Amino acid sequence: MSASHAERLELREQFDTPAQQKEASTLGMWIFLVTEVMFFGGLFTAYIIYRSFYTDAFARASNTLDVAIGSLNTVVLIVSSLTMALAVHASQIGARRLIVVFLLLTMLFGGVFLGVKAYEWHHKWEQNLVPGSRFHLPGEPQPAQAQLFFSLYFAMTGLHAIHMVVGLGLLAVLVARAQMGRFGPHYYAPVDMVGLYWHFVDIIWIFLFPLLYLVNRHG
Amino acid sequence: MITTAVEERQHYLNAGYGLKSWLLTKDHKRIGLLYLITITLFFVLGGVFATLIRLELLTPPGDLVSSETYNKLFTLHGIVMIFFFLIPSIPATLGNFFLPMMIGARDLAFPKLNLLSWYLLVIGGLFTIFVMVAGGVDTGWTFYTPFSSSYSNTYVVATGVGIFITGFSSILTGLNFIVTIHTMRAPGMRWLRMPLFVWSHYATSLIMVLGTPVLAISVLLVAAERVFHIGIFDPAFGGDPVLFQHLFWFYSHPAVYIMVLPAFGVLSELVSTFSRSRVFGYAFVAFASLAIAILGFLVWGHHMFVAGQSAYAGMVFSFLSFLVAIPSAIKVFNWTATMYRGSVSYATPMLYAFGFIGLFTIGGLTGLFLASMGLDIHVHDTYFVVAHFHYIMVGGAVMAYLGGLHYWWPKMTGRMYPEGWSKLSALLVFVGFNVTFFPQFVLGYVGMPRRYHVYPDEFQVLNVLSTAGASILAVGYVLPLIYFIWSLRYGAVAGSNPWRATGLEWKTPSPPPVHNFEETPVVRHEAYDYAALFKEEEAHVR
Amino acid sequence: MGQRFPLFPEQASTVAPMTDNLYFFLIGITVLFSTGIFLAILIFAIKYRRRSEDQVPVQYEGPASLEIIWTLVPLGIVMLMFAWGTHVFFAATTPPRDAIEIYGVGKQWMWKLQHMEGHREINELHVPVGTPVRVTLTSEDVIHSFFVPDFRIKTDVLPGRYTTAWFEATKPGRYRLFCAEYCGTDHSRMIGWIHVMEPQEYQAWLSGGGAEGSMAASGQKLFEDLGCASCHTTDGRGRGPNLVGLFGSPVALAGGGTVKADAAYIRESILAPNAKIVAGYQPIMPTFQGLVTEEGITQLIEHIRSLGQQPGAAPAGQPVQPEAAGTKAGER
Repeated sequence: MSASHAERLELREQFDTPAQQKEASTLGMWIFLVTEVMFFGGLFTAYIIYRSFYTDAFARASNTLDVAIGSLNTVVLIVSSLTMALAVHASQIGARRLIVVFLLLTMLFGGVFLGVKAYEWHHKWEQNLVPGSRFHLPGEPQPAQAQLFFSLYFAMTGLHAIHMVVGLGLLAVLVARAQMGRFGPHYYAPVDMVGLYWHFVDIIWIFLFPLLYLVNRHG
Repeated sequence: MITTAVEERQHYLNAGYGLKSWLLTKDHKRIGLLYLITITLFFVLGGVFATLIRLELLTPPGDLVSSETYNKLFTLHGIVMIFFFLIPSIPATLGNFFLPMMIGARDLAFPKLNLLSWYLLVIGGLFTIFVMVAGGVDTGWTFYTPFSSSYSNTYVVATGVGIFITGFSSILTGLNFIVTIHTMRAPGMRWLRMPLFVWSHYATSLIMVLGTPVLAISVLLVAAERVFHIGIFDPAFGGDPVLFQHLFWFYSHPAVYIMVLPAFGVLSELVSTFSRSRVFGYAFVAFASLAIAILGFLVWGHHMFVAGQSAYAGMVFSFLSFLVAIPSAIKVFNWTATMYRGSVSYATPMLYAFGFIGLFTIGGLTGLFLASMGLDIHVHDTYFVVAHFHYIMVGGAVMAYLGGLHYWWPKMTGRMYPEGWSKLSALLVFVGFNVTFFPQFVLGYVGMPRRYHVYPDEFQVLNVLSTAGASILAVGYVLPLIYFIWSLRYGAVAGSNPWRATGLEWKTPSPPPVHNFEETPVVRHEAYDYAALFKEEEAHVR
Repeated sequence: MGQRFPLFPEQASTVAPMTDNLYFFLIGITVLFSTGIFLAILIFAIKYRRRSEDQVPVQYEGPASLEIIWTLVPLGIVMLMFAWGTHVFFAATTPPRDAIEIYGVGKQWMWKLQHMEGHREINELHVPVGTPVRVTLTSEDVIHSFFVPDFRIKTDVLPGRYTTAWFEATKPGRYRLFCAEYCGTDHSRMIGWIHVMEPQEYQAWLSGGGAEGSMAASGQKLFEDLGCASCHTTDGRGRGPNLVGLFGSPVALAGGGTVKADAAYIRESILAPNAKIVAGYQPIMPTFQGLVTEEGITQLIEHIRSLGQQPGAAPAGQPVQPEAAGTKAGER
């Protein structure tokens, strides 16, 4: 990785024009996101099928989730998407200080989201709602099915959280590079790509939140 | 034509020496060769398992190996051959090497990602080798739950991790190909001027990108089920074991097309070049690939007609499965028609192409037996199925792979393979294959279930025949391994276009220079325009 | 089994000829098309062989109608296959109403089969010739598959669920039973025999002992041993619903909605009692998961069925009273 600054900005050798290079990386990122949709799609399918099999048990189990915390996290994540979009904009107009500021803000909100999520999981652990031999939901007539809900809950939010952690790592790399002044109107593809990824992870949550927290909610 | 000696010119093979220049290369041609070596090793490994299976089945009782061992043998045979040989075979070797050249590009869009894909395959392969050394896995390559998730006490998780990692190799290769085809075509290389090899790889890549993630999540869930007992596929917790089959086949049926679509692409090149004739119905053949890729995603349920799925769901899947047969039939008719009024050569690659068309026709038509719900009740999970998919996978995909390897070998290495030996090997492969697998159709209809370690006496004669054929097949496979290596040093020097083929890859010296072309080619003709090629050659000589 | 090395399975059930006719039709199509393709390749390869290295054939552009023809003709043929195949499928999977009932449980690595009269067999099943037989199957562990090649039938056997297979044997004899879904170490040893007997012989076999009381009677004993009767009283005043006349009838549920009291529902109510609570009752019944085997559950189902049922509504089959089945088979 001893490549010089100038070399990084250069066109990579397999491309003819910068426009071609940009088109390739954008298309590549979109295709990657499609694979991610298919990846989560398998879990969503499983969830929807079991939700229709065991409507009542899933409804009761989902009622134990805290909508207030879930909503808070949703807001936090949407704000982080906003700051991410602003970071992309800042790099487009060449506002180098602002890129760093917005990237750091995005990381901050991402971190808050993960912290809240960790608190929620810890709470579930204390309530013995983690699937396993300790699992116990008081008054639940169908504990096995309720446990299935929590299995899917942890699988889906866990996978989402892993994506968030990866996103934070990518942002950290961007911050380091942005501080060296790498990005500007002529070259901001990495910020753009990470931005796409970040919005994607955000959208996954936008689907997870109603599916896990809101559907069939009563009382 | 003036042929410069191989050693004098700078090309991708002598551009750097030493392990590092290979292991850190970003050149798609070198990566293609890395894949070639890797999958050849896995092919040998899978072949060893196949040999042991056939030897065990020579006699009805389980006298060579124990049942545990036998179950591990067929599981590993399937996993190695499917995930580590067939899926990467044509796309990752020939595709990697020639797809950029055929569209006039200097490399794939993401060379580093391409190298990463190879490393992922190797790492996934190492997991699988670890599993073999540590004690094996006995779930069958299909990993049906709840056996895989709750009952098997072998190395299911490690195998799953290996397949998960390898899956990403496949995803990244597909992504790379799609982006390359979209953005890196040379001037004048319009979509409908692309060689059909490129079209079929485009369709294959779509499946890799859309299907593989679903396999990844299914395998991940099986692993999670084993480790955390989360109950998603366990009926004791309200889980549904059949859900796994749906998720698994949603990927694994299209995976069949990942293996066979690139073979279609190779076939189009071979039949056209060795008939000196434009592929008949070019556009139909191109779009048939896309039709197969799309319809292929809608037929997974035909693996589950007797698995407790509703009969009406079965009807839909059966109907769509019959539909997906049509584009394949169109291709076979078009290849045959391509020879009409052509100039047909009997070079070795064309012999493989003849073999492919014959075996694929039988393989495809026997697929209709399985798509037919009433008949599938009887032949499902018998040797009939085993015979059918070997006709498609080995008779189809492997024949095309070998044909393609012979066809492009002069371009890859600058050397010709020995003609006589290669014809002998093509003949042995064809005869050996039929003797091995044709009896299995009969065996299946008589009722021998697949994955049987011991079997009733009345099935023995057909099994002996099958094993005898396998030994001929083995000789047919070992020969190319020897003479290809021999040819690297002793083969005749190949010119830039020994077959007088039309693709852009033949317009550059053999072996190609590091950046494929001295200057970016400009495409002025449709694909497979032999008249134009010969006119150009003439002009060149004058 | 006739031939020492058969190349074709025996046709020993009413479904077998139907399957085979479809098979022969498909073989015909396969031979027709592959011969056509092989001949075309052979003829073209010889007739248009390369005669000189520099030969450039004149490009032949065939009529586009050719593409249409070889798309539509195969399409027509496969649609015929689809219709025919579906027809055979429904015939092979829809049991007649007057079938004899057999319960089967697959477990690693054996088949346990139970007659209504109480005979229990392992890896063997005796049935009368010329009488439809329905086998209701479930698994104690992994997925198995009940496969009798000479009858051309196969059904996957799933844990936690009932599936059925049916056949009407047409020839007395001994036919192989295989497990067709890979189920672990001794998968290939999970095999057995179906003995098809003349009706008189079958009657003799039935009365030859080995019966431990009919399934319903065993179920009743189990019902008492497990203490079910203390809540499920017959006067309708127990803590659990009255089970007389339950089988096959609709049951109103506590959460609203109804469910038909079929075998699957009864099984679920024994293993996961709180999944569907009957309206007017409390979710107080404990689960019997682990306390009762799959075979025991089928006996309990038979017991409940024997308590009376709604006519014409049997999901696990029109029950045939043991005596009735016996006389009927005897009459033929």
